[in-house]
Amino acid sequence: MKDMKRITNALALAVFWIAGLTTVVVLGAVILYVFVNGIGHLNLAFIFTKPHGVNAEGGIWPMIVSTMYVTGLAMVIVTPIAVLAAVYLAEYAVQGRLVRIIRFAADTLAGVPSIVMGLFGLALFVEGMGFGFSVLSGALALSFLMLPIVMRTTEEAIRAVPKFIRWGSYGLGATKWQTVSRIVLPAAMPRIITGLILATGRAVGETAVVIFTMGTMINTPLLPTDPGRSMTVHLYQMAMEGINLPAAFGTALLLMVMILFFNLSARWLLRRNRRMQG
Amino acid sequence: MSHTLAEHQPGFVPTADACVKIAVRGLDFFYGDFQALTDITCDIRDNSVTAFIGPSGCGKSTFLRCFNRMNDLIIGTKVEGLITLDGQDIYAPGVDPVDLRRRIGMIFQQPNPFPMSIYDNVAYGPRLHGMKKKADLDEVVETSLKRANLWKEVKDILGRGGLTLSGGQQQRLCIARVLAVQPDVLLMDEPCSAIDPTSVQKIEDLMAELKSTVTIIIVTHNMQQAARVSDETAFFLQEVMGEPAMLVEFGRTADIFTSPKDKRTEDYITGRFG
Ligand SMILES: Nc1ncnc2c1ncn2[C@@H]1O[C@H](COP(=O)(O)OP(=O)(O)O)[C@@H](O)[C@H]1O
Ligand SMILES: [Mg+2]
Repeated sequence: MKDMKRITNALALAVFWIAGLTTVVVLGAVILYVFVNGIGHLNLAFIFTKPHGVNAEGGIWPMIVSTMYVTGLAMVIVTPIAVLAAVYLAEYAVQGRLVRIIRFAADTLAGVPSIVMGLFGLALFVEGMGFGFSVLSGALALSFLMLPIVMRTTEEAIRAVPKFIRWGSYGLGATKWQTVSRIVLPAAMPRIITGLILATGRAVGETAVVIFTMGTMINTPLLPTDPGRSMTVHLYQMAMEGINLPAAFGTALLLMVMILFFNLSARWLLRRNRRMQG
Repeated sequence: MSHTLAEHQPGFVPTADACVKIAVRGLDFFYGDFQALTDITCDIRDNSVTAFIGPSGCGKSTFLRCFNRMNDLIIGTKVEGLITLDGQDIYAPGVDPVDLRRRIGMIFQQPNPFPMSIYDNVAYGPRLHGMKKKADLDEVVETSLKRANLWKEVKDILGRGGLTLSGGQQQRLCIARVLAVQPDVLLMDEPCSAIDPTSVQKIEDLMAELKSTVTIIIVTHNMQQAARVSDETAFFLQEVMGEPAMLVEFGRTADIFTSPKDKRTEDYITGRFG
């Protein structure tokens, strides 16, 4: 009887261990694969020069600029809207039907397949509003994708600020807005920024939305109305159209490095914050 | 102390007695359907320390939060009866609780410094109320920290985070933060139950120094502390679970601890002493 128990226990433990290990192995395999194939191609010239020739030899600088530009602009658009919406939801809204509807809408929006969002962006921004294939169209469509993520993480960050800290502020004769803007938002800031970084990582890796809205033209965009090609789209074309596989792997490796950087900095921020607040 | 029926009528404002800072008449308090306090009547004397004692859950914190209308922040609460501050009804329609809270500071059981520097914690209130000049702020920060018995320990580390201090220091920082807005009344809800003995001593000392200018009300579970620091004591009791609590006895601390008039007060005090 006792032996059975011990064996079941050990077995269960082994199963969990293997399941956990699988995750690590898969991640390791993907990283290793991309690394081995891409590292030979990754150098300063690859990063900082333009592609040339029919096979897009050379570097991917325009794609890096396009990606950063569209992501940065999307951040600028999404941050104020998401934060204001979250403040409203967490602090001001009477917790009732309307709030439940907004939250449900955000969750559903987060679940919309990105290719559908791309199609929507094409219809609304590229054609409807006449922004054409441009960084602006791409950023607007991406911001739709980021909005629910940033809004929900911000709302949770605001709710996580302890009640007794707010009370300290109210007790000194602060109004609600003073309390929210001077105490609650700064206290929630590290977690809000973490949410933003994670959403940014998601946006950098997004393909479907930008192919429909920013286009595929190899171009170093200057104005928001200029078209561009994101790194992911470039990767797709290099690989699927068999033009230049090494360039595809080089791009993939750089993308992974960027996203890894975003995730690590988000973790670092959270950790530092936890240490500071004890 | 006896009160006539007329004094229980809504809208009645007791004549401003120079010695009475806060007057409470026939106060009932409700959390939704649950009545937490019934028919509380008492006078809090100016420039004195009043202790609220009683078992857990008898509404001491609830009553304390009535004075600065902190209960307004809890949805579904209702106050009936009258509370006056310097003869003015604090629940009158024209009264803004935000203004009231500048005059009535509050210290909580759990020290709650803001996640910012020591200096900014203390300067928070004055800044809220429009103080901008660095020299003015510097002065308020220094005076308030001195009054809170914390200056010596932090004068060289004002830029450090308030949360890096020890629990007892944090509590004194919270006191300094409240003193910086120069309240006439200081409400302290079990301020010493979560901190080290050295800080407790320092807080008791500062209470004695402050009471010449500030009226202090302190909730405490520690009978010795109540006896040490207070001039008057109020004993609250919820006799039946689910029923509202009431004020059993209110009087000079020396009398309450040596010759309580009510048997229930005596039981509570002796029970606690040993
Ligand atoms: N926010 C609240 N909502 C509902 N009931 C509450 C709330 N806070 C306190 N109470 C109830 O009111 C009564 C008095 O509580 P409290 O004032 O905290 O007592 P004390 O401070 O004397 O321990 C208790 O029965 C408690 O459960
Ligand atoms: Mg209490």
